[in-house]
Amino acid sequence: MASDKQINVEDIAKLARVELTVEEAAEFQKEIESILGYVEELSAVDVEGIEPMAHATAITNVFGKDVPGPQLDREAILGNAPETLDDELIRVPKVIEDGDGGTH
Amino acid sequence: MADQHVYQLSPATLFDAAAALAAGDATSTSLCRQLLARHEATDNVLNGYRQLDSDAVLEQAAAADARRSDGKPIGPCDGLPIAIKDNIAVNGQPCGCASRILEGYTAPYDATVVTRLKAAGMICAGRTNMDEFAMGSSTENSAYGHSCNPWNTECVPGGSSGGSAVAVASGQAFAALGSDTGGSIRQPASFCGIVGLKPTYGLVPRYGLVAYASSLDQIGPLTSDVRDAALVLDIIGGHDPMDSTSIPDTMTGFVDALEEGVEGLRIGVPKEYFDVDGLHPEVRQASEAAIRAFSDAGCEVVDVSLPSLRYGVAVYYVIATAEASSNLARYDGIRYGARYPDTDLMGTYFMTREKGFGKEVKRRIILGTYVLSSGYYDAYYLRAQKIRTLVRRDFTEAFKVCDVIIGPTSPTTAFRHGEISDPLQMYLTDIYTVPANLAGNCGISIPYGTDSSGLPIGVQLMGDSLCEKNILRAGHWLMESEKS
Repeated sequence: MASDKQINVEDIAKLARVELTVEEAAEFQKEIESILGYVEELSAVDVEGIEPMAHATAITNVFGKDVPGPQLDREAILGNAPETLDDELIRVPKVIEDGDGGTH
Repeated sequence: MADQHVYQLSPATLFDAAAALAAGDATSTSLCRQLLARHEATDNVLNGYRQLDSDAVLEQAAAADARRSDGKPIGPCDGLPIAIKDNIAVNGQPCGCASRILEGYTAPYDATVVTRLKAAGMICAGRTNMDEFAMGSSTENSAYGHSCNPWNTECVPGGSSGGSAVAVASGQAFAALGSDTGGSIRQPASFCGIVGLKPTYGLVPRYGLVAYASSLDQIGPLTSDVRDAALVLDIIGGHDPMDSTSIPDTMTGFVDALEEGVEGLRIGVPKEYFDVDGLHPEVRQASEAAIRAFSDAGCEVVDVSLPSLRYGVAVYYVIATAEASSNLARYDGIRYGARYPDTDLMGTYFMTREKGFGKEVKRRIILGTYVLSSGYYDAYYLRAQKIRTLVRRDFTEAFKVCDVIIGPTSPTTAFRHGEISDPLQMYLTDIYTVPANLAGNCGISIPYGTDSSGLPIGVQLMGDSLCEKNILRAGHWLMESEKS
């Protein structure tokens, strides 16, 4: 079943918003195919009727009280921003394009 | 080899240091100066730390000394320094995960473990080197350059908490915190001849630990002996409302438990652990010697089976990369960390992640994105989660007949820098450690002898969920028995 699985590293990298150099793409293609080849051994395991395990504790639905807690220091947060506006706001790249309705 | 041992130094333990403070034989300032001098003398070669602010350390040491001379120390650990892995937040200190993408980032709050260390009077002294975002087994994937093993600087210290292991094994720190997602505390401890404890998932709060694979990540101590590991666990363990995966129970008394010795402990030997291709004969012999030691001490030694061991690495690298691809989506160059601008928003995302992430991180993000992608989710991710259930079942069965499972921590001793360049070969070195993360159990690596080239060998002791006391007792006894 799994032998017809093919990964196209460049396509997946686009989904993950990671730019790859030509060399990286070629190298990763080979390496990830090899890793997936190894992972293929999982297809031989009988998992009929086995529940998936998402994490290791039996804890589910932990609710907190809806009350404000301590806030992070505003200056510290702004100090970590790559770019700020008047030390007041985090400056971000333009999100909405001019004119043509935008592609973002 | 002759000059290598200049770098390896068994430091005083936290307990020794605390006793010296209590007796007035040392001050926090004198202890910190001693470690800082050692840091000056060794770390330009070892590169265990990415940052160590000696002025800040000495300032806190002076404050602790003042409390003590006023007769008001916070507790026995007041003024003791501890090194922190670069993925655990300490308010006001850099927290970079050895990644260019977090260049210039300063943690704006304390991780819960750090809050607890500080509440005990301890000083968070220095940021230790690591594989970028804890992805690696050699500390070669670091934006700050690789770290060197104090026992032989041509060798890796293991990873990803390699810097923490180096700090302790070279006498630059009494103890350090690391994180363990697939063996990242235990394996470097094994390679550097120290103790490394991965607690049960949920025992130690993860709030303030930069997420890699959230269902597997756990913070734990790297120390020079088991008593110190128990001491640190007593401080950092316990429920935290800031971590929704934190276990509600409060557990302490880990140090006291050591006095119970090994009487009555049943030691399980999983035959699959000794059938692994690539298990070095000297590493096997060390584990066998440890099993004999337990047997000679009157422990019942029983055969157990962990048949899913062979799938552990494959399951781990599907689940861990899937979670990583999601967790690391937050590094987009917008709100914090580095930004590499491009002509538009999308371009900025791509450029920031291209320039900010190292190769191994990109490799895992791509693999994780793939196993979660439409059409492949069931075949890879869901299937891996089901086999994870089988791994857990194996442990549940085994712990019906034993209290501690023993085997090697890693198939080999420390390898040389650059020796393993194929990612899959590197992943396979995690074979003995990933099962405890998948099942959520606890595990500890205990130094037990050296190989013919003088490199330390680690023995791993695994316990059931929340059965830290069993592995701490066994580990403590094993180390003490080797001394006598």
